[in-house]
Amino acid sequence: MARATAEALDRQHLPAKNLAPVKRLPNAPTRPARRVAVPKSTKAWQTRAANIALAWLLPVALLGLWYIGTERGWLSEQVLPPPAFVYQTLGDLVSSGDLWLNASASLQRVVVGFLIGSALGVALGLAMGLSKTVEDYLLPTFNALVQIPVLGWMPFALLLFGIGEPLKYVLIAHAALVPVTLCTLQAFHEVPKRLLEVGRAYGFSQRQIVTDIVLPSAVAPIFTGLRLGFTKAWLSLVVVELLASSEGLGYLIAYSRQLFQLDLVMAAVVVVGTIGLLIDRGFEFIERRLNRGRPVKTGRLA
Amino acid sequence: MSTLTIPHATQTHRYRGWVVPIVAVAIWWLASSQGWSSSGLLVSPQKVAVTAWEQVTSAQFWRAISASLARDLSGFFIGTTLGLVLGCLLGFSRLFERLVGPSFNTFKQISLFAWIPLISVWFGLGDVAKVVFLSLAALVPVVVNTCDGLRSVSPALLEVAKVYGFTRWQTIIGVMLPAALPSIFTGIYLALVYSWLATIGAEYLLVSGSGIGNTLIDGSEHFMMDLVLFGMIVIGLVGWGLNVLARLLERRLQRLYGIAPR
Repeated sequence: MARATAEALDRQHLPAKNLAPVKRLPNAPTRPARRVAVPKSTKAWQTRAANIALAWLLPVALLGLWYIGTERGWLSEQVLPPPAFVYQTLGDLVSSGDLWLNASASLQRVVVGFLIGSALGVALGLAMGLSKTVEDYLLPTFNALVQIPVLGWMPFALLLFGIGEPLKYVLIAHAALVPVTLCTLQAFHEVPKRLLEVGRAYGFSQRQIVTDIVLPSAVAPIFTGLRLGFTKAWLSLVVVELLASSEGLGYLIAYSRQLFQLDLVMAAVVVVGTIGLLIDRGFEFIERRLNRGRPVKTGRLA
Repeated sequence: MSTLTIPHATQTHRYRGWVVPIVAVAIWWLASSQGWSSSGLLVSPQKVAVTAWEQVTSAQFWRAISASLARDLSGFFIGTTLGLVLGCLLGFSRLFERLVGPSFNTFKQISLFAWIPLISVWFGLGDVAKVVFLSLAALVPVVVNTCDGLRSVSPALLEVAKVYGFTRWQTIIGVMLPAALPSIFTGIYLALVYSWLATIGAEYLLVSGSGIGNTLIDGSEHFMMDLVLFGMIVIGLVGWGLNVLARLLERRLQRLYGIAPR
């Protein structure tokens, strides 16, 4: 129906209106520039200062509550030691050298375990990413084993390796291996199609495609996997040390818990959190550099 | 948060996936039947199967696993609910984010299990402590993802809402929440995974009552490798079952909201 009318309209011979050719458009009426009330610009440092002040409000309030709570004796000192006491314990830990002893033991474990795990993980991910056959053979088994969390492996590993250093290395390596492998594999699956097409258009050989396109584009995602792997390694380090260890930060926590020295527990928890935070920030910084010029993926793997 | 979606093997070479496990079990069986190792830890596959059967038919095992699951789910629900509330507050209110965001980001860096000794002092070793710990484990990913999802709603959508003269409330219900839904699901899904992991951890570290984690620790302490292996398989299966359930639910809800599955 609509088309019929359109055709009918086409066939109609409308007398063309005789319009004088436009030489130039008339001047647009000049209008005084509208005055927009520009809000008084708050200086950058002011907003930043406000942000910092707001951010500290909650911790300070909690600290105040904690202080008042212990001062007034709402909770016994055994259950909640006063903040000053925890701070003092932290100072003692640092000055007596206990902190360095335990922290270095923990860090050494986590670094060794992480290096083993991530090296294996990258290798495994590369093998599966580059060869479909290897992926077909290994991936289902890998997926099945991944379903058992690190903690599930723990009793098994305890029986197999005893409670020495190898146990820690194995479990930490396993914790790091899983995310690294999965991220590496995913990196290979998610190589931008456009780039592959360009490569093909230029007649790249299979090898050139791998070395010049696939690997460079996989670097950043693999790094994300490494960061995630380190987070997991740090997490499982604490568990392993809580359960079976005679030195290290996790041991410090477990040991002081047994002695009911909550100030020491809290101080150790603060140290664990701080180290975790610093390492994560470091990785994040490198990751941001690697990801420069890429579309930003919002969100992070918690 | 891009989830680690585990890629699936291609359909054509399905049989290939079975090669490695079958060979592994065959070697294991050979090793145990030929007596390659005199260690008592090398138990035969048959023995594991027998233990598994004994356990599955015993009431004690079912009590343990239902206790674990009850803990897991109650911690998961409490943690997820609190996480959704906190995440929405962080996502909707700039002021709240400036107030609480930095503290939360620092808090989540503390390795989860480091809380256990403190929790054990404050809440004892019983179920309360475990549920508190599990809620904590479930809370963090939900908050992070909910907040992220709400924050990364595309500005184009928000502009459309503004053009149509939506009220703030309408914008939240009609635009922001549906747009953030996939991310929120990711958080809930991760919470499910984490809380199962934390259940096992809590049962190792807060040793009291029964649970599948306690069964494993018992097996380990009595050098019963068959029991340990069986426990591991159960933990894996339950984790897998929870995953599948979460995926199904996610797809259902996404269809309900008319969002294309990722």
